[in-house]
Amino acid sequence: MRAFLAEGLCKIGKLFENVVVLTGDVAKPTCTYLFQEKYPNRFFNLGIGEQDIIGVAAGLALSGDIPIVALFASFLMRAWEQIRNTVSRANLNVKLIGTHAGLTAAADGASHQALEDIALMRVLPKMTIIVPGDPQETIEAIEAMVRIKGPTYLRIGKDETTKLFEGEGVFKIGRAVTLKDGRDVALISTGTITSEALKAAKCSEVDASVIHVPTIKPLDRDAIISAAKSCGIIICIEEHSTMGGLGGAIAELLSSEYPVPIIRIGVQDSFGESGSYYELLRKFGLTAENIRLVMKEAIKRK
Amino acid sequence: MNSISGASSLHCITELDIKEKIKSIRRSVIEMIHNESGHLGSSLSCLEIITVLYFMKMRHNPKNPNWEERDYFILSKGHAAPALYAVLAEAGYFSKEELKSFRRLGSRLQGHPDLRLPGIEAPSGSLGQGLSIGVGLALGAHNHGRKSKVYVLMGDGECDEGQFWEALMTAAHLKLTNLILIIDRNGWQLDGRTEEIKKKVPLKAKIESFGWKVYTVDGHNVQKIIEVLNQAEDSREPVAIIAYTKKGYGISFLENTNRGHKIQLNDEEYLMALKEIEEGN
Repeated sequence: MRAFLAEGLCKIGKLFENVVVLTGDVAKPTCTYLFQEKYPNRFFNLGIGEQDIIGVAAGLALSGDIPIVALFASFLMRAWEQIRNTVSRANLNVKLIGTHAGLTAAADGASHQALEDIALMRVLPKMTIIVPGDPQETIEAIEAMVRIKGPTYLRIGKDETTKLFEGEGVFKIGRAVTLKDGRDVALISTGTITSEALKAAKCSEVDASVIHVPTIKPLDRDAIISAAKSCGIIICIEEHSTMGGLGGAIAELLSSEYPVPIIRIGVQDSFGESGSYYELLRKFGLTAENIRLVMKEAIKRK
Repeated sequence: MNSISGASSLHCITELDIKEKIKSIRRSVIEMIHNESGHLGSSLSCLEIITVLYFMKMRHNPKNPNWEERDYFILSKGHAAPALYAVLAEAGYFSKEELKSFRRLGSRLQGHPDLRLPGIEAPSGSLGQGLSIGVGLALGAHNHGRKSKVYVLMGDGECDEGQFWEALMTAAHLKLTNLILIIDRNGWQLDGRTEEIKKKVPLKAKIESFGWKVYTVDGHNVQKIIEVLNQAEDSREPVAIIAYTKKGYGISFLENTNRGHKIQLNDEEYLMALKEIEEGN
């Protein structure tokens, strides 16, 4: 995913002369060095100081630039208070990108695995949150976030190569995408883990719809409510804590608009640990195999 | 004083002019803190500094607050908002009448500055963030070939924040010469004397060791303030000015104490303070 992040940044760098990219000693692992090679005067590696970087980005935004900050999601959250009090409060045009999110930092262990970043960003007023699911969507999401005004958090992983979409024009801020129709249960997911949901739905006797939600905020309310109405039970799947993320957002919405049972698959109030990416997905039930089991159990509740 | 067409000509020429401005601004601050509680001590320690910047130094235009080539002022110590609001009103960014709405529901004069008020360049209130924002503004101005200078005013208590030291490193690394940091060294922070809460000295040597040019000045002496600001123009390094000040300056019953950290003046105190301002120089 990081390589596509760089591709998206270079594309937007060409379209907008006032786009500048900032990072903090992670130009290599975020692949933002590729933007640096193309636009050396619009790239700032400010060292290992996330809080300062957010302040500098705020200043650049106040001077009319469009700063894009790329850091590991886990350590970007170190500057949450700076994001709150300076960026979000003043509605500054700062674009935040958290990489190595979810469990993708795998063997590096819990310190590097961001499992609460969506929750932390969701509570900030004016913050748009995008979690793209495949390369094309990532590239389009980067352009889309630069085209809107205001703070944005874009969350990607590391080396995932899942492919959900063919062709172009796949992403629009605030729009969920139905990848498969079904009547028994609605699988709603975000990010690259949508590919596991799709796999689960394709080889199951349960007739499931699969809805990919690349924008967590603003949430596609109509798509979620309509899924609740047509299937009557929802399974949320995300590489994040089950609290405060996509599942939390959906539970908040449906509890008032159209209450149905909601089952949340994700990391249950715990930290991750070292392991291979796939081992970790299995441990936290984020594989097609486990999703299929949950689907079977779910329809018994209808 | 300036030949740039976008700047207004509200600069004071004579020492008498600037002293009148200071008196008037101090009066506005006292009125605000009689009307509503606020950080009076901290507003009075940096009042001359902000006034000199806006009326003798900075290129800015209250009629065109977003003029691209303007100089920027960031109040990192956002709790001194009454001083900044009073200066902005005096300069004509909004009416002095509006100062009465300070801290009231629906007001543009929030307890700590935010962008809804004309003339405010950056949000503040959470300490230790202003210098980083100043670095970004200075970098942006430089990259776009603008002449803008960026002035950041911090409190000495704020030096406790790690982000401040990160920003010192960043500014020196980027060799920003259009950034001027001023530290209001009044020696107090919320809980007591700065050196008792967390030792700052040797502050000058610490900042110099980060690659900054550091000056010191009497932060209540108008002539000295303008001199040091002029000196700062020629530096090839980022410049910090440590301004030695007194918390609550100009009001005898608050001066150099922490009593006025956050306070609402009662009627008697208000009248006494006003009297001292009228009699003072």
